[in-house]
Amino acid sequence: MNRPNTYRSGPDERGHFGIYGGRFVAETLMPLILDVEAAYKAAKADPAFEGEMRTILKQYVGRPNPLYFAERLTEKLGGAKVYFKREELNHTGAHKINNCIGQILLARRMGKKRIIAETGAGQHGVATATVCALFDMPCVIYMGETDIARQQPNVFRMKLLGAEVRAVTSGGKTLKDAMNEGLRDWVTNVSDTFYIIGTAAGPHPYPAMVRDFQSVIGDEVRAQMQELEGRLPDSLVACIGGGSNAIGMFHPFLDDPSVHMIGVEAAGRGIDKGPLDHAASITGGRPGVLHGNRTYLLQDEDGQILEGHSISAGLDYPGVGPEHSWLHDSGRVEYVSATDEEALSAFQICAKTEGIIPALESAHALAEVIKRAPTLPKDHLMVMCLSGRGDKDIFSVAQHLGVSL
Amino acid sequence: MSADQGRIAKRFAALKAEGRAGLVTFITAGDPEPGTSQAILNGLPEAGADLIELGMPFTDPMADGPAIQASDLRALAAGMTVRRTLELVRGFRAGDAETPIILMGYYNPVHAYGVDRFLADAVEAGVDGLIVVDLPPEEDEELCIPAMKAGVNFVRLATPTTDDRRLPTVLRNTSGFVYYVSIAGITGAASAASTDVASAVGRLKRHTDLPVAVGFGIKTPEQAAEVARVADAAVVGSAIVNRITEGLDAEGRAKPGLVGEVLSFVRTLADGVRAARA
Repeated sequence: MNRPNTYRSGPDERGHFGIYGGRFVAETLMPLILDVEAAYKAAKADPAFEGEMRTILKQYVGRPNPLYFAERLTEKLGGAKVYFKREELNHTGAHKINNCIGQILLARRMGKKRIIAETGAGQHGVATATVCALFDMPCVIYMGETDIARQQPNVFRMKLLGAEVRAVTSGGKTLKDAMNEGLRDWVTNVSDTFYIIGTAAGPHPYPAMVRDFQSVIGDEVRAQMQELEGRLPDSLVACIGGGSNAIGMFHPFLDDPSVHMIGVEAAGRGIDKGPLDHAASITGGRPGVLHGNRTYLLQDEDGQILEGHSISAGLDYPGVGPEHSWLHDSGRVEYVSATDEEALSAFQICAKTEGIIPALESAHALAEVIKRAPTLPKDHLMVMCLSGRGDKDIFSVAQHLGVSL
Repeated sequence: MSADQGRIAKRFAALKAEGRAGLVTFITAGDPEPGTSQAILNGLPEAGADLIELGMPFTDPMADGPAIQASDLRALAAGMTVRRTLELVRGFRAGDAETPIILMGYYNPVHAYGVDRFLADAVEAGVDGLIVVDLPPEEDEELCIPAMKAGVNFVRLATPTTDDRRLPTVLRNTSGFVYYVSIAGITGAASAASTDVASAVGRLKRHTDLPVAVGFGIKTPEQAAEVARVADAAVVGSAIVNRITEGLDAEGRAKPGLVGEVLSFVRTLADGVRAARA
């Protein structure tokens, strides 16, 4: 593929990033998708929308969060200077809230009366339930039964916040099935309902919109690194499920050729173990069409979608945001993977070395930092997106470590 | 053969000459397993189906309700693939050269099979039309336009949310017939009021000369008859699939008599449709 003049101009007006993206939805949803697109375009051009969002992000979410020099980890690894972008310090404990604030403000502009969302680990569900409480809107969260079992604390949080959590019992009962149910609800309640999609995937304009709302991560990193080190970072590392924290951190740097970017997918029990043992759509899948977009998918020979596996409920989605697929093919971003074991190990290292319990999702990114930082010079500036905190994961981690709580 | 002189156009012309509406029946290919599915499929015309929609099973049928999703998963568990779906069509065509078959499904299995190869094999097997739920007009280059060139009708869904402004876009590359989805929702859900259906069909007819079939939520011969009074065809899916579900034993195998039960239900639907304008 030829190198484009810019990596930041996509998608085109029909929602394509190269061959990826698009609007593969049922006709019932199409008029609404076009409405969302028009409303988002108008909101983007309205300084009042941006202003309101910034105020809430500052006063309610607590932005900007720090760019933190992880000094003990850096010493331990003996190579690159490692920084954490502390998204886990946001209100609700993850980057997901950035996007939810943007989308609920848009839903209000559109006069929608009811909010639905899907959730995997429960972080997006909690963030959506939170903004619905804040803006007094009824909220229904679809969550797979399997995920409900392994993420009880977040289920209870959502209920405390006033949301209705609907258990999804179809398919593998995880994030993909929750998204199917979300789309079914939306088709049925198309006139009054807004669907807050949690990752930078789905039909256009969602991948671009979620990316824009999450780009606050990369914008802050840029300004903070300038302040701390007087220059750009050399590398950025983020975990990829759908890929919203990664695209949010990467996008502002895509046209800075000196900045190397690494997305870390979930290799589960190992990509070579078999198609049902991992959730690495880019590294171990191939392009297809699901949930409104063309992108890399975990699928069999016949185009049937496979259930991914990861220790992290937030990463076991069988697809990935379409912009990542394009960034992969164009070579601008490097995509690698980390196994369950590597993530568990990184999880514990982070807790003991830095006094931070990271989300298992973010621990995948950290596993790559641990592999790579020792091979790099001491003046290499590496930023990892610490996308969420790990309180929600302590029960499943305890189980994997053979500890009963 | 161009698509506008194909089996679908001929069948609707014949129905018009008879002065009645048609019955379109839906089953999922390979549900509950290929042998039983072939027997049901082959028996449908005799039971009164005028056109046949054959579902291509998919793991993630986002626009379908629980009945059809379960039926997709049964077929997949029985080893159904795109290739075997086309084999079912070939098996049907060996005994019926006239009843139109429309494959209905989602894009990814076709995408994985390869569009050009899929169209060539579908034509060869005797497929007349395609309904692909997640391909709106905005994605016409993917499959709709290649299908038209291959002589296969691309039947589009119009819905209550498709307003007059959008309708021309939806109808532009539609051929064979227009499938009006009478409710905003998933398959197998509540039915629409018949007055709403009549006015929706009237609205569509002002925009197109194509026949209009109406589906989603039609469960009984009476409801099929109501639709048959105002539309060119009534589509029944989930209610037939439910008869298949009821005919399975605890292990999910077809009980003796399943095929007969399903076909006699289709016969009651056909009687309803045929008596509608009598």
